[in-house]
Amino acid sequence: MTELLRFANVSAGYGPFRALFDVSFDIQPGEAVALLGANGVGKTTIARVATGLLAPSSGTVTFGGTDLTGAAAHRFARAGVAHAPEGRSVFATLSVEENLRLSFRRSKGRAGVDAAVGQAFELFPALGQRHRQIAGTLSGGQQRMLAMARVIVEEPRLLVADELSLGLAPIIVDEVYRNLDRLRQHGCALLIVEQHVGHAVALCDRAVVLDRGRTTWIGPADQASERLVRNLFQTESPMENSPTE
Amino acid sequence: MTLAATLGSDLLRALLQGTPPGTVYALIALGFVLTYKTSGVFNLAFGAQASISAAMYYKAHTDWRWPILPALIVSVFVLAPGVGLLLERLVFRHLRTASSVAKIVVTLGLSIAVPSIFELVFQFQGVAGRTPEGIVPNGAGVYYDPFGVYPFSRNELMTMAVAVTAMLGLAALFKFSALGLQMRAVVESPRMTELNGIRADRVSALSWALSSSFAGMAGVLIAPRFNTLAAPDFFNLVVVAIAAAVLGKLVSLPRALVGGFCLGWIIALLGTFLPRWSRTQTWLRPFQENLTPSVPFLVLFGVLVFWPAIRRAREASDPLSGVDPPPSSVGSGARGASRPRFSRVIGLALLVGIGVIVFIRADTSWIFLVTQAVVMSTIYLSVTVITGLAGQISLCQGTFAAIGGFTVFQLADRHGVSVLLAAVIGAVIAAAVGAVLSLPVLRLGGVWTAVATLAFAYLFDSVLVKISWICGGGTSLLQGTRVPRPVVGPWDFADDRSFLVLTVIVFIVVAFAVTQIRSGTVGRTLSAISGSEVAAESIGISPARARVTAFAVSAFIAGLGGALLSIHQRNVNYGSNFSPFAALFWLVLVVSLGARTVQGAAQAGAAFSLFDTLILRGTFMGWILRSSKRIPEIFPINPKWRFVFFGLGTIQFARHPEGLVEHGKRQMRRRVDALRKRRTGSGGSIDDASPVSTPQPSSEPSNETDTAVVPVGETTR
Ligand SMILES: Nc1ncnc2c1ncn2[C@@H]1O[C@H](COP(=O)(O)OP(=O)(O)OP(=O)(O)O)[C@@H](O)[C@H]1O
Ligand SMILES: [Mg+2]
Repeated sequence: MTELLRFANVSAGYGPFRALFDVSFDIQPGEAVALLGANGVGKTTIARVATGLLAPSSGTVTFGGTDLTGAAAHRFARAGVAHAPEGRSVFATLSVEENLRLSFRRSKGRAGVDAAVGQAFELFPALGQRHRQIAGTLSGGQQRMLAMARVIVEEPRLLVADELSLGLAPIIVDEVYRNLDRLRQHGCALLIVEQHVGHAVALCDRAVVLDRGRTTWIGPADQASERLVRNLFQTESPMENSPTE
Repeated sequence: MTLAATLGSDLLRALLQGTPPGTVYALIALGFVLTYKTSGVFNLAFGAQASISAAMYYKAHTDWRWPILPALIVSVFVLAPGVGLLLERLVFRHLRTASSVAKIVVTLGLSIAVPSIFELVFQFQGVAGRTPEGIVPNGAGVYYDPFGVYPFSRNELMTMAVAVTAMLGLAALFKFSALGLQMRAVVESPRMTELNGIRADRVSALSWALSSSFAGMAGVLIAPRFNTLAAPDFFNLVVVAIAAAVLGKLVSLPRALVGGFCLGWIIALLGTFLPRWSRTQTWLRPFQENLTPSVPFLVLFGVLVFWPAIRRAREASDPLSGVDPPPSSVGSGARGASRPRFSRVIGLALLVGIGVIVFIRADTSWIFLVTQAVVMSTIYLSVTVITGLAGQISLCQGTFAAIGGFTVFQLADRHGVSVLLAAVIGAVIAAAVGAVLSLPVLRLGGVWTAVATLAFAYLFDSVLVKISWICGGGTSLLQGTRVPRPVVGPWDFADDRSFLVLTVIVFIVVAFAVTQIRSGTVGRTLSAISGSEVAAESIGISPARARVTAFAVSAFIAGLGGALLSIHQRNVNYGSNFSPFAALFWLVLVVSLGARTVQGAAQAGAAFSLFDTLILRGTFMGWILRSSKRIPEIFPINPKWRFVFFGLGTIQFARHPEGLVEHGKRQMRRRVDALRKRRTGSGGSIDDASPVSTPQPSSEPSNETDTAVVPVGETTR
């Protein structure tokens, strides 16, 4: 088997509430996959399962050939999965530099930390100027940049990015996507959750369309928007889909 | 000698004299900040952790005659980190996402349980009279006098050296080491730390081991200053140290150190330079005499109330807390009317039956215990109001109760006012104090409310209790604080049975009032606030009024109960009934058993006075076996077990705020419901029921016919 990440019949939920039902898909090494769907269909939940934040209630998750079902998040991270979670994804109480050091210390070892921090500041000079600022006081865009800087320098095998462009100015969004593209050039696979279908489709090879916790379509990214629209019309009309209880 | 020279040497002496106690405060403040920084827990059990290491050192070095080094290693580097690891693994790991109020309640429970466990395991008794030895040979006997004005003992110098070294070491840990960085990261968000490939569990276990060792070190170093090794002394000391720690906003180690020294110096300076007005104004004397011990509590209270920045220093929230399922909502706390009426009637009948049996058959000692249970239940209803309804932790309920008791003593014993009238007046005074106190205190919210009320309780304890026209003062030591029993018309309540009837009536009236408040406007407002204060405010609910009312009502009930308790015991007995540490156990009991219902308060009252006699001594077992001779060997169980039992009972508060009893009942009811459902064949097991009203996918996707779901294996690029 060659795929990097594989979901096989994964179900997951929060307490008694089930959010995912038998989701199966896979990501090849270096491939970019977009997760599309309306609000609340379970995109973030898939991202959480793919990074070990949430253990699936059934089904298996394999990464790079090893079964990581139910493993703690640090094992996913060590295997090469990076995650930019929805919302704030930096430590608000640590400084910019400490945020970077925290993660480089493990990934690059004691000797590599300084070089890695230098590299990050080279890529994002704006961060370098603020290296002692507490990350919680950075603007939303700068925080996103900090998260990107970390990921780009670490060169993970898979980046799971959840709504990276949310609330960012269009110029910054372009910048974010340029960086994602750069990651791809380095052979990093991407799993991208995005509301801006246009951006995602342009970047990705394939798309997974979700509806209410299930995959309804998997196929080439450029056909995704059409499917998405059709999907919308289908689920609006018939009432059999809505819960009876 | 010139005036300036005397002043100078006085000043120097005061500063030097204040340094050793200042070091003690600094050391504990450092430890407290360390725990807070590395675990995010406002750890009031720090004193308990310190005390068991001190006790272990005493046991090993003094009782078993071990040399200093092995005794030190066992108590500080084996026992202390072990306790820290256990606490992390068994308690705090599961409370990571709990609210800070829930965590502080757990630490209170641990403050009571941990020393008791140690004493039970090692058969240790808080020693009095023999001073524990320090960690340097002959530490209390050798003095050095560097400036020729004040001699330091070896122990004191050692403590200072350790405090400064520890501060430098810890600062270096946080500033320069990878581990320190990881510890800080884990406090903010364990999950995000995991995403960085770091094992959050292991880091937080290490944090606990470290801070617990620090507590142990502090305990061993400080012990020689006391002549007891009792847990309440250490608890008191932690409250003092919090005053130093808040000066550093709870996160700055150097500021905590400086804060500790400053406290020591301020106290010494006040002692040296305060003008002696009391020579001419005798009424001032008690204030002046008790000013110094109360300084830390004044500082703590003042800082919390007048320094708004500290309130805003809230912990950064975990951005990944959205991964957790929603906590059991407040709405489910209000019980549905599902409880069948007949079970209620049976319960009531049972209670009345027991009451009648007690009333007719019981001997004096049983009547005494049952009356005490009823009175304590009344007091506990005050906790039901403030904690159960308003969701605030008040640690000065003992003070309110004491106000009730002392008022009866003053008015009835000294001024001949009718006892019952005096009790009501006492309750009103308590309510007034509560209302005034609530204005600055309740605005703080959460942990800070708890700490401010604790500071107030200690303030009362260290100053007001000693003043003769308030609480009895010096004369009461000789004569006691006598409280007579009331006589109303033909009824003389000096008779224990009639007094029992009186207390039951009071309890019923108060309980009824509490249920009325709960279902009335105030109760609804309070439950809206505890859901989300901001949201409640935005729809026009004013939290302030409801809170002040709740606090005043709670203080009134506590005052009334305290008055009754004093009347019952015919003495105020402040130390054993109402002192701040004694009153901690109240909160612990009520919270363990159920802070939301009248029933919970009643059970807590029963547990307080009957648990020991009935359960631990095996009496109940004897009744079941119908012979006191057949009671199994393990009885009587050491009464300390109740501290362990109920202290640890607070741990479940974080997950099931409704309390042990209510939680048990709900489990039961759910099971019964499930059984019934299965009988009637309506299928659906309870696990499928979704409490979230989001539309759920139906079990069969209806659109599979025209949407191609490409099987994973077959996708091609
Ligand atoms: N912590 C939680 N507890 C309970 N239910 C949750 C929790 N987090 C998410 N859910 C529910 O799970 C479902 C899927 O949520 P998810 O966050 O995965 O959606 P999403 O596709 O990311 O939506 P959006 O586009 O709005 O971010 C939703 O119905 C949501 O209400
Ligand atoms: Mg989402």
